[in-house]
Amino acid sequence: MINVNRLNKRYGSHVAVDGVSFSCPPGTVTGFLGPNGAGKSTTMRMIVGLTPPSSGSATVHGVPYRSLLNPARQVGLLLDASAQHAGRTGRETLAVSAQTIGIGRHRVDEMLQLVSLSDAAAKRRVGNYSLGMRQRLGLAHALLGGPDVLILDEPANGLDPDGIFWMRGLLREFADRGGTVLLSSHLLHEVEAVADRLVVINGGRIAAEGDKAELLMSAGVRVRAKDGVALKRALASAGIETRATSDGALIAQAPAEAVGQATAAEGIVLVELHPAGGVEELFMALTAANGAREAA
Amino acid sequence: METTMQAQPRATTRVASPAVWRLAATELRKMVDTRAGIALLGVIELLVAALVVVQLVTGRAEARTFAGFFSTTLIPVSILLPVLGILSVTSEWSQRTALTTFALVPRRWRVLLSKALAAGVLALFAVCACLATAAAGNVFGIALGRGNGSWHLTPTILGEAMLMQLLFVLMGVAFGTLLQSSPLAIVVYFLIPNAWSVLGNLVAWLRSWAAWLDLNTTTGPLQQGASLTGQSWARVAASAGLWVLVPLGLGLIRLIKGEVK
Repeated sequence: MINVNRLNKRYGSHVAVDGVSFSCPPGTVTGFLGPNGAGKSTTMRMIVGLTPPSSGSATVHGVPYRSLLNPARQVGLLLDASAQHAGRTGRETLAVSAQTIGIGRHRVDEMLQLVSLSDAAAKRRVGNYSLGMRQRLGLAHALLGGPDVLILDEPANGLDPDGIFWMRGLLREFADRGGTVLLSSHLLHEVEAVADRLVVINGGRIAAEGDKAELLMSAGVRVRAKDGVALKRALASAGIETRATSDGALIAQAPAEAVGQATAAEGIVLVELHPAGGVEELFMALTAANGAREAA
Repeated sequence: METTMQAQPRATTRVASPAVWRLAATELRKMVDTRAGIALLGVIELLVAALVVVQLVTGRAEARTFAGFFSTTLIPVSILLPVLGILSVTSEWSQRTALTTFALVPRRWRVLLSKALAAGVLALFAVCACLATAAAGNVFGIALGRGNGSWHLTPTILGEAMLMQLLFVLMGVAFGTLLQSSPLAIVVYFLIPNAWSVLGNLVAWLRSWAAWLDLNTTTGPLQQGASLTGQSWARVAASAGLWVLVPLGLGLIRLIKGEVK
């Protein structure tokens, strides 16, 4: 469980994070989205006490992160895969942390195996690792203490498609077993595939927060029938607002079920019925709107 | 399936804080588990051995005693070991491992305490290595008939040597903590105290201050293994306070208040 309560961070006159509140319940993956410089990493660093907030607070399991006695046993972090000592081997990087948090050496081998870093790779210095390998090592590091909360900043960055698919499964299973995941990413399709909840941040402020399906639904559903005129009439008589798209489909401001009911009653054959926008469209709409407001 | 099982959440709610001795052991390990750390220690030991060889070949025969070799071996250690002390702190920033270190141990003073303890243990090891190398030099001196072969070494000499190395390596840790940058801390570490020594010798009205606050002056008797008077000890304490405790304290404040990126 992560609770973020009106976090603010100012650097001089620059406001990096402005009144950000959200929570990540157990059993969910929360996708944390926003353009570069929106304040995602600063917010994550404030959650784990590395950056002192100007005001506001954040808790993990109900207590501030800095009050946790041995936080790595409860919270797994991957804030920057490049922030590892280039002169240390992959295995030594994990072994040093295992010693710090008081966990057995066998756990290091387990985690190396889990993230598919071979014995040969683990013996190489991190300075010679590709970004993908560093991400795998970083994920192994986050899971080392057996946490039930994961806070991951751009973990998919640099992973190959296989690796991204693998990580998606890992995070899904982690959440399904009751874990809490907060995940920032610019790979929007990736977030769409794995997240249950979304927090979109722009210019340091929350632009949207909530259940992914509900947020996506707010963009309406896209519907198309063989008989476009009949479709439009059926939806209008059901009191559903629509607008036409350039390719002959309609965007209906209603849940898919309501659209299905309205058209089934009229015996209309649908050839398309799905959320009008994905996470990408939602992201663009939210961040563009805010950008325009700021510019104004 | 079997592998993903290991990623399942299983946090224990009540876990103890890592003990400081374990953190210190980890910090000691971090000083020697990288190529840079090993290289620096290797260079120090090479210099120590080389100076012993030089002393065997040249110099006064009566200085070729165990104590004589020992005091020679301390020179490179006192110059270079503090650099390892500096790097043990500043590499957290240059290598950006501070992000991990202070996330794992959020009470930052514990990390600093561990680093200071580790540096102290390293200084102890270094003095032991000096003793071993000096002993080897003395054995060679006897075997080659080039020294007087005395094994006499007073506890005072040994204790004061230990104290000196401890002071210098902690001063390194303190400067590293205060400045959080390897090149800056190394330059400042070597430049400022020595500039202060030079000034203290040149400027008359500074001289009385230097007698108390110049580490080179106050530790002079320590370096010679002389037994110190009460006032001499007070001078050592005053100068160590200025050059070790003040930067360490300011550095700790900076560390605790600051942002780790």
